[in-house]
Amino acid sequence: MKVSLSWLKDYVSINLNANDLADALTMAGLEVEAVSDRYDYLNSVHVGRIVNIDPHPNSDKLKLCSVDIGRDIISVVCGAPNVKTDMLAPCAILGTCFPRGKVLEKSIIRGETSEGMLCSELELGLGSNGHGIMELGNNLSVGDSLNKALGLSDPVLEIDLTPNRPDCLSIIGTAREIAAIENKRVTYPEISLPESMGDIANHTSVTIKAPALCPRYAASLIFDVTVGPSPFWLQDRLVSIGLKPINNIVDITNFVMMETGQPLHAFDFDHLAENRIVVRTARENETFITLDGKERRLDPEMLMICDGKKPVAIAGVMGGLNSEIEDTTTNILLESAYFDPVCIRKTSKKTGLNTDASHRFERGVDPNGTITALNRATQLIAEIGGGKCVKGVIDEYPLPFSETTIDISSRRLNRHLGTRLDTAAIEKYLKSIEFDVKIIDEDKLQVTPPSCRVDIRRFEDITEEIARLFGYNNIETTFPLIPAEARHPDKKIDLRDRTKVLMTGLGFSEAINYSFISKQSCDHLELPPDDPKRKMVDILNPISEDQAVMRTSLIPGLLETMKLNISVLNKNLKLFEIGHVFFHTGQKDNQPDEVEMLAGLWTGTRVDSVWSPKETNCDFYDTKGVLEEFLRNLGIKKTTFTRMPPEFCFYTRPGFTARILDENEPIGLVGEVHPKALQNYDLKQAAFIFELNFDRLIQSVPDTKSARPIPKFPATSRDITLIIDNDIETYKIIKTVEMLKEKLVEHLHLFDVFRGDPIPKGKKSVSFRITYRSSEETLEDNRVNHIHKTITNQLLKTFDATLPAK
Amino acid sequence: MRNLSTNFPTEEQVEPKLEKTIEQIHQDALKELESASDTESIKAISIRYLGRKGAVTQFLRNISNLPEEIRPEAGKKANETKNILDVLFKNVLKELETSSWKTDDQIDVSLPGRVTPRGSLHPITQITQKICDIFIRLGFDVAEGPEVETDYYNFEALNIPKNHPARDMQDTFYISDNIVLRTHTSPTQPRIMEKQNPPVRIVAPGKVYRCDSDLTHTPMFHQVEGLLVDKNISFGDLKGILTTFVHQMFDPETSLRFRPSFFPFTEPSAEVDIRCVICRGEGCRVCSKTGWLEVLGSGMVHPAVFENVGYDTTQYTGFAFGMGVERIAMLKYGIDDIRKYFENDLRFLRQF
Repeated sequence: MKVSLSWLKDYVSINLNANDLADALTMAGLEVEAVSDRYDYLNSVHVGRIVNIDPHPNSDKLKLCSVDIGRDIISVVCGAPNVKTDMLAPCAILGTCFPRGKVLEKSIIRGETSEGMLCSELELGLGSNGHGIMELGNNLSVGDSLNKALGLSDPVLEIDLTPNRPDCLSIIGTAREIAAIENKRVTYPEISLPESMGDIANHTSVTIKAPALCPRYAASLIFDVTVGPSPFWLQDRLVSIGLKPINNIVDITNFVMMETGQPLHAFDFDHLAENRIVVRTARENETFITLDGKERRLDPEMLMICDGKKPVAIAGVMGGLNSEIEDTTTNILLESAYFDPVCIRKTSKKTGLNTDASHRFERGVDPNGTITALNRATQLIAEIGGGKCVKGVIDEYPLPFSETTIDISSRRLNRHLGTRLDTAAIEKYLKSIEFDVKIIDEDKLQVTPPSCRVDIRRFEDITEEIARLFGYNNIETTFPLIPAEARHPDKKIDLRDRTKVLMTGLGFSEAINYSFISKQSCDHLELPPDDPKRKMVDILNPISEDQAVMRTSLIPGLLETMKLNISVLNKNLKLFEIGHVFFHTGQKDNQPDEVEMLAGLWTGTRVDSVWSPKETNCDFYDTKGVLEEFLRNLGIKKTTFTRMPPEFCFYTRPGFTARILDENEPIGLVGEVHPKALQNYDLKQAAFIFELNFDRLIQSVPDTKSARPIPKFPATSRDITLIIDNDIETYKIIKTVEMLKEKLVEHLHLFDVFRGDPIPKGKKSVSFRITYRSSEETLEDNRVNHIHKTITNQLLKTFDATLPAK
Repeated sequence: MRNLSTNFPTEEQVEPKLEKTIEQIHQDALKELESASDTESIKAISIRYLGRKGAVTQFLRNISNLPEEIRPEAGKKANETKNILDVLFKNVLKELETSSWKTDDQIDVSLPGRVTPRGSLHPITQITQKICDIFIRLGFDVAEGPEVETDYYNFEALNIPKNHPARDMQDTFYISDNIVLRTHTSPTQPRIMEKQNPPVRIVAPGKVYRCDSDLTHTPMFHQVEGLLVDKNISFGDLKGILTTFVHQMFDPETSLRFRPSFFPFTEPSAEVDIRCVICRGEGCRVCSKTGWLEVLGSGMVHPAVFENVGYDTTQYTGFAFGMGVERIAMLKYGIDDIRKYFENDLRFLRQF
């Protein structure tokens, strides 16, 4: 909200300069976002002397003036009758932005170039005289900017009010805060209603059919009003805070709203059927045309102001076209009411109408300010619009407000804030913002906030008032005294941190992608219709189609990230991400299942560019190796990698995808991205990915490590080469050896896999080295040979293998 | 020429029974060594004299052929010679090797080394960890909560009823009427307090979501929430903890101010500003010419929040705070475009 210093000074005297005042208000809780001067636009309007006047060659009425603006003499085309040589007049130069929005541009008027503009009072927003250019006194110096020459300055503060302070949504409300800062009192405007006639009760009535939504509705009547432009002072006040003058009646309602914070509405009384007001909720599917000419569909939660027959306004939000003030209007019914904030807010949300009035009503206006504002506006309409007031007001007040009284213990307050204030100091602070305070004893006070402070309800609210008036920065800094106590750190958080360190150690950089992805992502991943990843959670109000559903996989994000990086020629990528994925439970009002996943992507070269000429691209085994090393570091020993059945390979390439099992339970996959999925993401370069269910994984991480003794006796090793069917997975050989439970076998290491001549087609040769060791003695060859033979035979039998020809 | 400083035996009374005396062999060896210049030939000489069929070895082997009276003396001398030559050859070899290091064979040491470069942690992760670490040192525990929340925990439990203007402060993504993407990490406050009695000291980092996207807003960002509840916790304590945090996070000299603000779940509420790290308070674009930067929202926990979780408001008080990780990372690293965080351009990520 904007407030101008000149307007504020009508109600409170201000000694601080604008910047200091802005700081003080900010520190009192009214954050001032910007300070500007409303006459800044006059910086480019100069005191000009008309040095020469020539007739315009193509016009009788226009003249060509040479104007001395100090640093230069410019030519200006001017049509004002009062222009004469040697006179001083305001001359705007190109680029000047006038108060009503017009920007002065270079123009050619009937063939003659005008490099500036000689201005009238009206054009400059300095008065109502629009006939002729403004004549300036001869004592001004030519070339000075007009605001400096005339001493025009009016700082405007832009205040970003928090929703708890509707009382400050007015000039007087802001003045109240300034009064507390300046240690002054607010001077409220004096209201003296002019002579009035008749009795309002004989002319109109107000019926409230929904008192819960409209606890108070007051109205006054003014007859024989002349609608026309407002006087300059009134227009100027509105312009000073960025409002547009319309006509005297509307301007007065706006002026009083800005002055007091109470929104008002003026109806054309002659357009009110049966000359009366009925406040009721809207009917199902009722429609209504608002002031802006748009038809609105209503519902029974909305409150309507109606006349004897039809709606004439959406209560607290916007008036109707059917009863608006027009130039021909003579009789006016003025409304000042209190509407239920929640009702107004809902209506404003549903209709999309956020007006100055609804903004105030939904935050809460002063329930006791209704009549004051009504009288203030009635008086101004009678004065300015020349009308006659009808005696009295209608004040329907079915649900009167009760005052809030709060008992305060100063000891408790001091404990809460860390202050040492006595009751007198507390009283002084609260009285400075017009709270009613009664000191009960040396500890207790009874506090009644003014009715405009709808945010003050309980003890803690008072503590905030004291804290901000005392000054947050004057409160002593202390430290809490709490018994030392440590809880066990969360295993998941700890392991996530470790995972991140391990992954970066393995060369992977961490990516963070948005949790929402495009609905098409499942199609891009070529997922079948019944895939669990299709159980996505929709966002009702997404920012864009690309971010419309919650992700069920981290892979789309990583592929998008790859795409972005390839487009900027980062072709070698090793990325990982840890984050939540979200699965719909099937129940509409349930939170989705959130699962934390770890995923990674490797594309491009195996090693970041080195100077040796050979660049090898990464492959499946590089990626798998990373996972193995990662799992080994976490101490997870029982994972196996087994071929993913082709019917389960959707976005990874069949035959090049492994399922990761932990104790025979699938916990993830590693593989090459399926060419089709690559294509769907517009990618051409092979990429390898892995995905692990992190929540599941951490269950297998042992909490402790136990040391094994370093072997005392030497190991012996024996090699074995088997020729087996191509599709036998080597991990099965390892499993078979493990299952023999030969305790002298310490380790089995695969060192060669070979296909091709002389190995028969469909076969491969695999070579292992088995390490034997005893913890009790140095093994003798005979013993090892014997065991090795047993194992060899078992393998030959199990896998229908042969030994290579010697 | 190398200096072959050895103890050369001078006596010449050896019986010329064998082809050459040990002294002669010794001499020959030295002569050969003098003319040798590379490792290979020295090794060959060494073998010729000390090898299995070498001259010295042969001499020793044939010593039994000498007359008995000179045998002990000759044996002693031969062994001496063997040891002297052995040491000599080794020294010469070593010296040769060392001197060749000085001259021959070079590598271009300016070529880059071979390494699997470490990956980098996302700046958001690094700052989040830094924030949490400071509070852990102050005795706080770390907790987390779901990212998709119920309306109750995200709003109602935090004293933000439906249709309250305070809901406008946060543009909410809705899943259904009652399910939202959490707009802040504050729902962890009631969740923790429902599970645990005071004293409570937690920080809760995590992703949050708001329906807002422009130069300075992304629809997803990160916050760290904090909560401390016990008997006799005061606003002064809030100031103490948060001042310590700011001094640890930024600079011990950083000046800061506590400014009244409004959050429905705290009363009094305070915004914490620090002196602009860019212009040091002169006023610049980053601080909107105010000289101050907002870094934290905070306040004393509103009694309505305590009532919602069943804490006795006459016994317990506490404070809560929250901060935007992206914002702090921006200030710490000088990042000017918030969208960079989630593009994951490797050239950006690798800088941290």
